[in-house]
Amino acid sequence: MSILINKTTPLIVQGITGRIGQFHTREMIEYGTNVVGGVVPGRGGETAMGKPVFNTVKEAVAATGATASLVVVPPPFAADSIMEAADAGIDLCVSITDGIPAQDMMRVKRFMRRYREDRRMRLLGPNCAGIITPGQALAGIMPGHIYLPGSIGIVGRSGTLGYEAASQMKELGIGVSTSVGIGGDPINGSSFRDILELFERDDATSAVVLIGEIGGPQEAQAAEFIRDHMTKPVIAYVAGLTAPKGKRMGHAGAIISAFGESAPEKVELLREVGVSIVPNPSEIGSTVHSVYSKAA
Amino acid sequence: MDIHEYQAKDVLRDFGVKVPSGGLAYSPEQAAYRAHEIGGDKWVVKAQVHAGGRGKAGGVKVCSNEHEVFDAADGMFGKKLITHQSGPAGNMVYRVYVENGVEIERELYLGFVLDRSSERIMVVASSSGGMEIEEIAQQQPETIIRSVVDPAVGLSEFQAREIVFRLGLGASHVQGAVNTIKGCYRAFRNLDATMVEINPLVVTSDNSVIALDAKMEFDDNALFRRPQIMELRDKSQEDMRETKAADQGLSYVGLDGNIGCIVNGAGLAMATMDMIKLAGGEPANFLDIGGGASPERVAKAFNLVRSDEKVSAILVNIFAGINRCDWVAEGVVQAIQSTSMELPVIVRLAGTNVNKGMQILKNSGLPITTATTLAEAAEKSVEICKAGLPSQELAAAS
Repeated sequence: MSILINKTTPLIVQGITGRIGQFHTREMIEYGTNVVGGVVPGRGGETAMGKPVFNTVKEAVAATGATASLVVVPPPFAADSIMEAADAGIDLCVSITDGIPAQDMMRVKRFMRRYREDRRMRLLGPNCAGIITPGQALAGIMPGHIYLPGSIGIVGRSGTLGYEAASQMKELGIGVSTSVGIGGDPINGSSFRDILELFERDDATSAVVLIGEIGGPQEAQAAEFIRDHMTKPVIAYVAGLTAPKGKRMGHAGAIISAFGESAPEKVELLREVGVSIVPNPSEIGSTVHSVYSKAA
Repeated sequence: MDIHEYQAKDVLRDFGVKVPSGGLAYSPEQAAYRAHEIGGDKWVVKAQVHAGGRGKAGGVKVCSNEHEVFDAADGMFGKKLITHQSGPAGNMVYRVYVENGVEIERELYLGFVLDRSSERIMVVASSSGGMEIEEIAQQQPETIIRSVVDPAVGLSEFQAREIVFRLGLGASHVQGAVNTIKGCYRAFRNLDATMVEINPLVVTSDNSVIALDAKMEFDDNALFRRPQIMELRDKSQEDMRETKAADQGLSYVGLDGNIGCIVNGAGLAMATMDMIKLAGGEPANFLDIGGGASPERVAKAFNLVRSDEKVSAILVNIFAGINRCDWVAEGVVQAIQSTSMELPVIVRLAGTNVNKGMQILKNSGLPITTATTLAEAAEKSVEICKAGLPSQELAAAS
């Protein structure tokens, strides 16, 4: 088992004929992902990387039975593509696109709420590296070979920092059940809390590595969830402990910011609920190792 | 993207927000002329910079005749205004705004932000406007009015009314204030703003509700569809290096330390800075060159980082995911050669073909220090910086 994606998950790529779409589709197929087609408006009937291309997501779903979609569409059109996936009954949508306007994402989140919760699409990203279940499937842009199959879940905002964690763990022979990127944008599809909930329920996951960074309320929400609902050990690293306060205009941001948005506050909140804190980014692997060997 | 107060007022006026009459000036003569044009017997001269807190820093002057207007403007032009929001570098004053003074009865606070918790636009208001609003928010958070807007319906009239009555405004001011709130919201939504702030929103002695100051910030990601907002960009208010970096597709923030950083990915860049600090050093910048890390990008990054005179060593930390380390290593070597780099360079590579990449760096004959872990890279950079500093000072002295 794993979360959200495995080797049978049928995946379509929205934007499959673009330069980036082609490159990553090839990488995903090579990794073993069950890519069943692509969607590019106006290019229906063509094939790309040997897979059929459709004009709409609905057509693609009807013809292939796809349940997952990867969105690699330029930022001005990405929000629309995500909503199209939601409307076509896709279960899991992974949005790689960086630079989607914040108000577009606001509308996407509002749009998704029109579907009943049990039928609502799960969105990862935007501006994320995607999701990988090592040895099975990859929906995203991460380098597959740095992940060893195993039982540690990873959830993080940053792409390269997630790679860093996975490769440090691989060095020590520790494998990953599923690694999920939730993306660095202020408004994103899934939060740390959402993914932790899935890992908690997943039999193949024995512990979770959480990689946070400065800004936003999602680490604080994760801490609350860990306190109330997590039985599995959580290991966390929060980037930006030394980041300086930026220039700013006005007071509005400061008025609404709550406790738990700076990196040290996030670390404090997570430590309070029993999370093992990684002291520096070079010791993600070794901290997992020590938590792991203690548990064993 | 930030815009100036006078630009924000122009924008908001189009959405039905009342603002004082005023005029822009590029010289003290023009400022005096503007005062004459506007008429009245009291004017306020305001330095136009992309930073709040101008009043306390001497960027706002009340004048009662045209000579005073001239002198006030003369004292602002060409000077750096350093406020508590501008950072120590301050902002240059090239434009001033001359406005009619108004008789203030009450000062209120009105703000609009993208709230990350509710993932919606939030209206924030307080019956105490002015400069101490942040302290009020901390000490008496219950006095801050917050109202979240449903993006599908927009800001409803009743929502605006609720805010207005909670602000304690009397019947004669309700419609004016409701119009202001709705106007600001529409401007926020229609123009892809990320922040609108009216501080203070004032009730005048002749019973008008007027935006005395205005700040607007826009979503950089949405500028492609807001050409009229893009026109308002003022590069003189931006950090030159950050602007140059952004033009080249790099994300750069200058800091005060001496170890230049070149990293791919924002999270890894932050982690690298954390590591340098833990090792006892100070990063000179945050720099994310993006996922690709192509040789051209690495070369651009080298030029950018060393244009900062404080930099005495450069730490390159690249996680080659999709790319291969040997390719990145060749890029680093080329970049060092093509930019005739004389500073010590510490390189840490990770990912695909890491050994091959390291070999290329060693074989290049260039003075590159290599490291295998993040910790090692940071420690070596700090060491080299500390060891290198005295000899450089000697060289500079001789």
